[in-house]
Amino acid sequence: MKYTQGCYPIISKTALAKEIYDMTILCPDAAQAAQAGQFINIKVDGFMLRRPISICGIDKEKGTLRIVFEVRGKGTKELSQLAEGDLIDIIAPLGGNGFKFDGYNKAVIIGGGIGNPPMLPIAEHFGTNAKIISGFRNSSAVILQNDFAKTGAQTILCTDDGSAGRKGFVTDALKEEIAKEKPDVIYACGPSVMLKRIVEIARENGIRTQVSLEERMGCGIGACLVCVCRTIRDGEEFYSHVCKDGPVFDGEEVNFDE
Amino acid sequence: MNKLAVNFAGVDFKNPVIPASGTFGYGKEYEEFFDLSRLGGISVKGTTEKLRTGNLPPRIAETPSGMLNSVGLQNPGVDHFIAHELPYLMGKNTVIIANMAGSTADGYREVAEKLDQTDVPMIEVNISCPNVKAGGAAFGVSCEGAAQITKIVRAATKKPIMIKLSPNVTNIAEIAKAVEAEGADAVSLINTLLGMRIDIRTKRPILHNNVGGLSGPAVFPVAVRMVWQVANAVKIPVCGMGGISTWEDAVEMMMAGASTVQVGAALFNDPLAAVKIIDGLEKYVEDNHLNSINDIVGAVKPW
Repeated sequence: MKYTQGCYPIISKTALAKEIYDMTILCPDAAQAAQAGQFINIKVDGFMLRRPISICGIDKEKGTLRIVFEVRGKGTKELSQLAEGDLIDIIAPLGGNGFKFDGYNKAVIIGGGIGNPPMLPIAEHFGTNAKIISGFRNSSAVILQNDFAKTGAQTILCTDDGSAGRKGFVTDALKEEIAKEKPDVIYACGPSVMLKRIVEIARENGIRTQVSLEERMGCGIGACLVCVCRTIRDGEEFYSHVCKDGPVFDGEEVNFDE
Repeated sequence: MNKLAVNFAGVDFKNPVIPASGTFGYGKEYEEFFDLSRLGGISVKGTTEKLRTGNLPPRIAETPSGMLNSVGLQNPGVDHFIAHELPYLMGKNTVIIANMAGSTADGYREVAEKLDQTDVPMIEVNISCPNVKAGGAAFGVSCEGAAQITKIVRAATKKPIMIKLSPNVTNIAEIAKAVEAEGADAVSLINTLLGMRIDIRTKRPILHNNVGGLSGPAVFPVAVRMVWQVANAVKIPVCGMGGISTWEDAVEMMMAGASTVQVGAALFNDPLAAVKIIDGLEKYVEDNHLNSINDIVGAVKPW
């Protein structure tokens, strides 16, 4: 694995929704190396730990990486204060295992809330062969619908309260889409309870899943052993590390139980 | 002449800067950022008699100017370490320090005996991990316990042994004297300070282990004070750590009495922190016309 650490210019920054920001960073080496599903680790002035943020867009020609993040605490609040033209200190791209596409033609892509951004590069890969199910709390939290539509994929928007798109959970929409046409693979990122249910539905229908996980991180490169998740292989449970072994895992290998 | 060279407990280091155990894995990850041979040494991830899976996540929580961790000595066990990690590290042209712990006194003996059969030049004995229920800090918080483990490890190996001390004690100098009396070649301090954070929305501690070890710049003044007290109490050399993130911090710690320093949490913020500290020390030595970095060890002039 090769990654870059340094300060790079933010070439655009916009607010997508309340407390959700969209930044594009000019970092040609990192962009060249980046793959769908990976993340960048951002230094924030005044904070000890870097903030891991998933990559939402990779433009190898322009040498840019795009991130979309939500203000969740003081660190991301500080990060959101950076403006176009400012430099941002990143380590990128990180994540030993991103999304894999080989051998799959038809995909269902599911994002829950701030789990939507890392799904965009997958949609770009599959284009019209993908269906994207995006779930949000309500209409004010909806993001990236135009970006998803531009990929040519079919978009299905769900909100918990029905204030945008259809009312209900992404899992309800998933069951309907599987009934219409079974995909080769399901990609998902979002809350743990959502991922767990998606993997169960996929299993019942004999469909493979790739899920992107989140955990509090230290180093981000696999040295400190902080960001563990419970995984199972050959019937044996063991800890994997989200930063190095993931953040993308085979859904069948993840133990989502509390 | 290399003005940063130090002889620490009989072992030659090209400079006094050592990434701290638990923050640096077995070094491989950081090779993506710099050549490991730049480092004075590496205190590698702690090894125990058997594989340990560690604690449930979350294992980390940010704090003002610091962090709490509760990894819980996750490691593949000493046999795996010797067979699969150590040989690679030994070729890296830096002093490899094998950090070890046991879940029982016998466990410490077993690990020390196995490490004694390797080429590793130095052993750091963790009697102060706050994150494991058995062993760990239980030994490190009393003079009797600390002395007992030192005696066992001393009998098990002829290699230089450095005992890593817990700050979660009333009088750390007394503990240092106890391990010195049992044949420790050096002490390293401080391990993390026991701390806790609570998520006020869920009423849950952020760490699944409820409590964990505090490190980072927040603990630096405590570490300087303890290093100073210990350096004044013992004749064996002291490796100072706890919140060092800049070369100025390293100089301060050395002035307090540390002959070498370890850098830990700072690496998470800046993976090049240790290298930048070495660069800073080189410049400091030149700017101050010192013959050797050793000249500043214990150079504090107390009021």
